[in-house]
Amino acid sequence: MRNFSYVNATSIEQVPSLLGRSWDDAVVMAGGTDLVGEMKDYAAVPKRVVNLKSIEGLDYIRQDDAGLRIGALTTLTDVLENSAVSQELPVLHQAVSVIASPQIRNMATLAGNILQRPRCWYYRSEDFPCLKKGGARCYAVGGVNTYHAIFGSGPSYIVHPSDAAPALMALGATVHVHGPRGGDEVLMDDFFTMPEMNIRRENILRPNEIVTEISIPKPEANSKGMFLKVRERESIDFALVSLAAQMTVVNGTCERASLVLGGVAPIPWRAVEAEDYLRGRRITEARAESAAEAAVEDAAPMPHNGYKVEIAKNLVKQAVQALAS
Amino acid sequence: MQQKMKTVTITIQEDGEPREIQIEVPDTGEGGWGDLSKNTYVNKPHTRVDAVDKVTGRAKYTADIKLPGLLYGRILRSAHPRARINRIDATRAMALPGVSVVVLPNDDPEVFSRECRFAGQEIAAVAATTPEVAEDALHAIDVDYEVLPFVVDEDAARDPDAAQVHSDRGNVGEPRVGEQGDIAAGFAQADVTLEATYRCQVQSHIALETHGNVCQWEGDKLTVWASTQGVFSVRGELAGHFGIPETNVRVITEFMGGGFGAKFGARKEGVICALLARKAGAPVKLMLTRKEEHLATGNRPSAVQHVKLGATSDGKLVAYERSNYGTPGVAGSANIPGAPYLYEVPNYRIEQTSVFTNAGPMAAQRAPGHPQAAFAMESMMDEMAEALGMDPIDIRQMNDPNEARRNMVAMGAEHIGWKTRRSATPNSQTGRIKTGMGVGSCRWGGGGGRTQAECTINPDGSVQVKCGTQDIGTGTLTLVHMVAAEEFGLKIEDIDVRIGDTNYPYSGGSGGSTTAASVSPAIKGTTMLAKLELFKKIAPRFGVEPGELVASDGNVFVGSDPSKSMTWQQAAAQLGDEPIFFHGQWLPGYSDSGVPGVHFVEVSVDTETGLVKVDRVVAVHNSGMILNPLTWASQVNGGVLMGIGYGMYENRIMDPATGYMVNANLEDYKVMGSTDIPEIEILRYDEPERGVIGIGEPATIPTPASIANAIYNACGARIREMPFTPDKVLSALAAVKEG
Repeated sequence: MRNFSYVNATSIEQVPSLLGRSWDDAVVMAGGTDLVGEMKDYAAVPKRVVNLKSIEGLDYIRQDDAGLRIGALTTLTDVLENSAVSQELPVLHQAVSVIASPQIRNMATLAGNILQRPRCWYYRSEDFPCLKKGGARCYAVGGVNTYHAIFGSGPSYIVHPSDAAPALMALGATVHVHGPRGGDEVLMDDFFTMPEMNIRRENILRPNEIVTEISIPKPEANSKGMFLKVRERESIDFALVSLAAQMTVVNGTCERASLVLGGVAPIPWRAVEAEDYLRGRRITEARAESAAEAAVEDAAPMPHNGYKVEIAKNLVKQAVQALAS
Repeated sequence: MQQKMKTVTITIQEDGEPREIQIEVPDTGEGGWGDLSKNTYVNKPHTRVDAVDKVTGRAKYTADIKLPGLLYGRILRSAHPRARINRIDATRAMALPGVSVVVLPNDDPEVFSRECRFAGQEIAAVAATTPEVAEDALHAIDVDYEVLPFVVDEDAARDPDAAQVHSDRGNVGEPRVGEQGDIAAGFAQADVTLEATYRCQVQSHIALETHGNVCQWEGDKLTVWASTQGVFSVRGELAGHFGIPETNVRVITEFMGGGFGAKFGARKEGVICALLARKAGAPVKLMLTRKEEHLATGNRPSAVQHVKLGATSDGKLVAYERSNYGTPGVAGSANIPGAPYLYEVPNYRIEQTSVFTNAGPMAAQRAPGHPQAAFAMESMMDEMAEALGMDPIDIRQMNDPNEARRNMVAMGAEHIGWKTRRSATPNSQTGRIKTGMGVGSCRWGGGGGRTQAECTINPDGSVQVKCGTQDIGTGTLTLVHMVAAEEFGLKIEDIDVRIGDTNYPYSGGSGGSTTAASVSPAIKGTTMLAKLELFKKIAPRFGVEPGELVASDGNVFVGSDPSKSMTWQQAAAQLGDEPIFFHGQWLPGYSDSGVPGVHFVEVSVDTETGLVKVDRVVAVHNSGMILNPLTWASQVNGGVLMGIGYGMYENRIMDPATGYMVNANLEDYKVMGSTDIPEIEILRYDEPERGVIGIGEPATIPTPASIANAIYNACGARIREMPFTPDKVLSALAAVKEG
């Protein structure tokens, strides 16, 4: 870890000025469960770390008629234990329940979870000066790409590691951002960015902006959700493939499907073709399979990760069938 | 009731030469441990004596040692898989505030080489006032490398045109051949001949405590706190390296966080720590990081085994041919057992080679070579059973020459419900999740020796036992307490036991499943003979022979007339002011070697995700006379889990394009976690008449093989490559679907 200075922020308004114009100047820290590892591995070498936990009033879960508002500093444990989340947003509850370990969930925040940096072993190792660190190549190409992306066309083949992000995206959540010019709101669907737009980052945040809140609209009546996660190891493991599914089914017919895959692309990956296919159709086993096929139609696996296509397809099929029944 | 005596032959060292002598010892019957039913401690479960110290943090491990003026060492390692160092310059590092010393290749060419043969090889080291400064200093040492071609994949390395790992020999070592009978004639007798290739990956050791030492010089005397499996081997290596007498080196290992065969001798990091401390004139602590553990401290070599097996239609094995290779990295051997594993085959030929690659060197790892051999053999036995339409157990029983193992197979099969609960037809269930059952077996050696001990009985009745063995986490300290307390009829807490220090009597390294069988007979013999010396002093007061006395429940009394009794303290008081001091050693007759083991496994296979879950393991093991069933069971549990880890998750992954290990951490190198642990049931097959036999290694051997067989039983997918991750399971399932 490189030496750095450490600042306790005391208000949201103060944060943009404490941050800089470059990611190398300063970064924010909330739970620190991702950032500290990144710094130890020299994947992040900020000159200054701005602690957000010293800002009061950013950990809350508030429910109103419109839905749920979750403060950026709310820990994953608090999200997991919240009754409104577990009763009305099972997709989010289930997603958070399979993140890391209880100890990590006690520290990690919901905003931090969606802002996680890639777990790619080339990105995380000091040995590889990869594209995402300003280097010249993506080592997954021609390397060992067992855990890399099956969607997207580079130039980086990282996968987005968050479990909460697909769930929030499936729920149509909005991210509240604060920057030098004040607050702004962005739909989760518009928040994440593919490598061809910004090779160094995975979302639209600029170096002097932070997330302050995530708001989730109240799901419509007859809407059901679930989260499926396949990981090699049950104890503390990132998803090989995950799926957040939220579906509105009336009398066996799908009115709306929101299907977001995790672990398969540089951003949480909305299976648009499958959603379009399902809309207005009566759900049968054959149609669940067709939706699953549609979900992976655009998959372009690398030499070592073709198995992810099979898993993604099967998860879509399983979720569609389960939510229609 | 006179204690019978017997004569045993022991070997002593005289002027550096072994000499056999005869001594008289009490005759305690077959197996040496007497009537176990009367025991208070030996063969009874006992919690570790240091359990509370360990869970409260009172136990001080090497990493916890703090000394005045302590510096922190770090090692600079080669940044390339193959390179030559043209120039190395530590000027910038030395200029950093807090950096004390740097050692460079020229400071010790025996430790450091300018020829780098793997990414992670030691090339320089620093010591600084904090670990953070030491790490900064590593980044401030400028190295000018001439980067050379490399090869990290064992298949690629076999190509004659591949980059050469060493300049004085080829990548492929001399073949080792083992043969018996006539394989051509054997295969001619076979009704069924099967051929298959099985692949085992490289496994890292992952001791919880990383390798490390604290070294402190006073003049030419060196004290070392070491995380080691052999304090005396550390002493010997350091004395040799620095050209000082062994008496000048003291090595201490009071508590130790695990070792699986890669912690013998001082090793490079130990010598480097001592070098830094000597140059700095201050004590230095040098603990390796997890990344360094993966890169440079040893691993289980890979194994690629082409196996051909022939059997008659009734299941008798008649011919076996195996050609195998594996990579030990830059040095060592990847050989596995050189005869057909477990089973009797009259005609066989085995040819095996080690293939050097530009990767960290191997080190003996928990049952070296055996899990790999068991995986191929036990998979192939199932494949043969299937081809012959036999039950996998029947073909094993027919060809297994070991009676105890045959009994253990039957015992485990009965317990798990092999005949009643297992479907004889693979892939017979419908639905997404399919369950199956599999079996695999093992053998191991063990055995004891090479241990001395001292016992002092003081006039106040206090008893001290010293032995230089180290407790690497297996419970050796507790065993010493138990054996001594049993012998003296005292309570465990009445015995002052000292271990883990070269100032105490010699004991060999803790490896090869030999520690219990080495230490316990030495403690038994030493305390038994020390007690006899005490009895000689007090027998005249009762008018009996020393051998008629018994020590039990804190008293010493005449065996035939317990009314003639005194307390232990009263007995010891008869010594006046001169304690009994006895220096003893390992005695024959209390231990044995050679054990079988069998694991039965139940798994669930998710046929849509390729996820395999090990649901249940029934482990049947045999350790002759078990000293402490609690610590013994811990060893079996640990062995089972390490085997599941090897079979299911763990895999050193080298990037072929760059030559770096990509998963040198504990996130991507996956060791099983608490929620991955199945139900484990342990069945004991006791043979107390054989004495003590070790358990550390056999318990890990058969797990991957039995998982593979259970996966096949569940879903009909034969997986011949470890670890059994979803990618392999799904592709094997796809092959089943296509028929």
